[in-house]
Amino acid sequence: MQEPTWPPNRPPEGWIDRPDRADRWATRFRRLQGTCTGEPLRRNRDDRLGGGVAAGLARWRGFNPTAVRVVIVIATLFSQGTIVPFYFMAWLLIPGSVDGAAAGSGAPEYASVWSKARHDSRGITLAVGVASVLSILLLIVGVFSAGLVQTWGWPQVVSAACLVLIWRNAPAHEQALLRRVGGALASIGPDASPRGNRLRIAGAVILLAGGIGWLVSVHESVTLLRPLGGVVLVLAGCVLLLGPWWLRIARDLVLERQARARAEERADMAARLHDSVLQTLALIQRRADDPAQVTQLARAQERELRSWLFEGQAPGSVSGAGSLAAGIRQIQQDVEARHGVPVEVVTVSDCPLDEDLAALLAAAREAVVNAAKWSGAPVIALFAEVTAEDVEVVVRDRGKGFDPLSVPADRKGLAESIHGRMSRHGGTVAVQAAVGEGVKVSLKMPRAAAARSAARE
Amino acid sequence: MSEAGPSRGTPRVVLVDDHGLFRSGVRSELGRAVEVVGEADDVAPAIEVITSTQPDVVLLDVHLPGGGGGAVVAAIRERGLPDVRFLALSASDAPEDVIAVIRAGARGYVTKTISTTELADAIRRVASGDAVFSHRLAGFVLDAFASAATSGPDAVKPSFDPELDQLTARERDVLRLIAQGYTYKEIARELYISVKTVESHVSSVLRKLQLSSRHQLTRWAAERRLA
Repeated sequence: MQEPTWPPNRPPEGWIDRPDRADRWATRFRRLQGTCTGEPLRRNRDDRLGGGVAAGLARWRGFNPTAVRVVIVIATLFSQGTIVPFYFMAWLLIPGSVDGAAAGSGAPEYASVWSKARHDSRGITLAVGVASVLSILLLIVGVFSAGLVQTWGWPQVVSAACLVLIWRNAPAHEQALLRRVGGALASIGPDASPRGNRLRIAGAVILLAGGIGWLVSVHESVTLLRPLGGVVLVLAGCVLLLGPWWLRIARDLVLERQARARAEERADMAARLHDSVLQTLALIQRRADDPAQVTQLARAQERELRSWLFEGQAPGSVSGAGSLAAGIRQIQQDVEARHGVPVEVVTVSDCPLDEDLAALLAAAREAVVNAAKWSGAPVIALFAEVTAEDVEVVVRDRGKGFDPLSVPADRKGLAESIHGRMSRHGGTVAVQAAVGEGVKVSLKMPRAAAARSAARE
Repeated sequence: MSEAGPSRGTPRVVLVDDHGLFRSGVRSELGRAVEVVGEADDVAPAIEVITSTQPDVVLLDVHLPGGGGGAVVAAIRERGLPDVRFLALSASDAPEDVIAVIRAGARGYVTKTISTTELADAIRRVASGDAVFSHRLAGFVLDAFASAATSGPDAVKPSFDPELDQLTARERDVLRLIAQGYTYKEIARELYISVKTVESHVSSVLRKLQLSSRHQLTRWAAERRLA
């Protein structure tokens, strides 16, 4: 069935070339027949263009999904559209698969759309309404010509009715496609802007005037147009009778869509807040007797929420540390988690990381960890500023400090590792310290990128 | 400063925050350090309370349901109450919102994680006409002026006013130290200047922030939103 769609000289995807001709044909035949995986027929949500029917069929029988789609399109062309309502009925009746994005959200995911649509009396009314509108339109068109529109049009009455039911009852994540179509319709609906309305009316007037002008010019004898007058009257009658109802249907569809978008947004928000804030609050309640832990939890949560609200990073996601500011935040996160000392971060501007700046970050991390371990300060300030020429990072604590003249061996070692890292990449280090007044480590690294671009100009 | 002497004694304060829990918390924590003369939970009641009580300092949440802290500041300025000073505070905010409240006329900004003694101190300083910059606000301001400066040369406007659109090196030094968590006293010692000079630098930054050609800072905010 799908064989003709492949170019004969090109092996299909995943084809293993074998010298034996008979074997090759046997393999092709097996592919044609498909390999049943033993799974029941499910619409495939992971690999879908429309309802996932084609992909579902493909998985069920082990075909190539693209081939199934091509076959469906060709069948549609040959059957003059009769296949299309069957596609939508399949969408309506075949349950969706559970694996993939929707996994774990419960049993109802197994149910077909129809099992929900059955109880949706308003949806069924809507579907019947839409079907009746289409039928009347088709009847009117049929008065003029019984050509292509008739043979292609009638099956689509069923499609449209199915589509309305799917629209109202499919799970939210299946409706991306429908929503896009709905969005286009809404802009010319009853809620359209005044400008959209004016455009629409202007377009309609031009089309009507043009059409009538054309008709009059083609038919010299106006008597030939008399039947047309009757049609116009019937049409006007239909509109007068059913117009408000159709309008309400259209408005309902738009409202439906808006309500769903809101509900989805809310659900997304709730899920995120549950994952982060509520979990943390639960933890805080359980550790109420340990103030240090509570503070740490609250700080971690604050940081996460802030990065979600203001930087668009999902809670729990590890920032890629592709920029200096992200790297600084990473240091803050790690040190707070590992040493339990709050780190106050202020960053001014940002730039992408390169090798030198990575070394700067490593040195800064060393300095922050050092302060967290030894200073005994309740909080460490971490300041980073990016200018056109260089990047400066200042790590400061108000802890017990030390006397620079009598540096203990262990601290000297750490200072050396910071010094070494910085000087290898052309940076400078300044350490300011006094007993009882804390330590301030200033790290400065010239920006290589800036230097290069300056040299080029 | 005004001829009245409230700044000498305990400052009279109005709390504006939409969280009742936070208001009562601040009220009990500040205790006798300040005199809380009124509370409000939204823009309209806040304007009413402030006009009727005329406090020294309004502790103002950056985010309010009915239009944000900036709306309150603007409305009070319109009614001509120059002696009412505003200290903005928030739990966590986008820099552009904080800068907007400062530009509307608030004399400072602190985060809600601030300790009680520091908050009382900040209120006293705002009451006596000083500006209060938290380390975070200092970072925001440096950021705002840095990008205004770097995008300046390639887009010089006829209205470009270097006096207001750029910080002096000294002002930048002071802001940097604030951003690193230094107190005014520590800054004074670090830069070999008096605390009064530090205060005047901060006030001058505040003035620039409020008077600078709207264009530069608006563009900074727009860029941040895009990023």
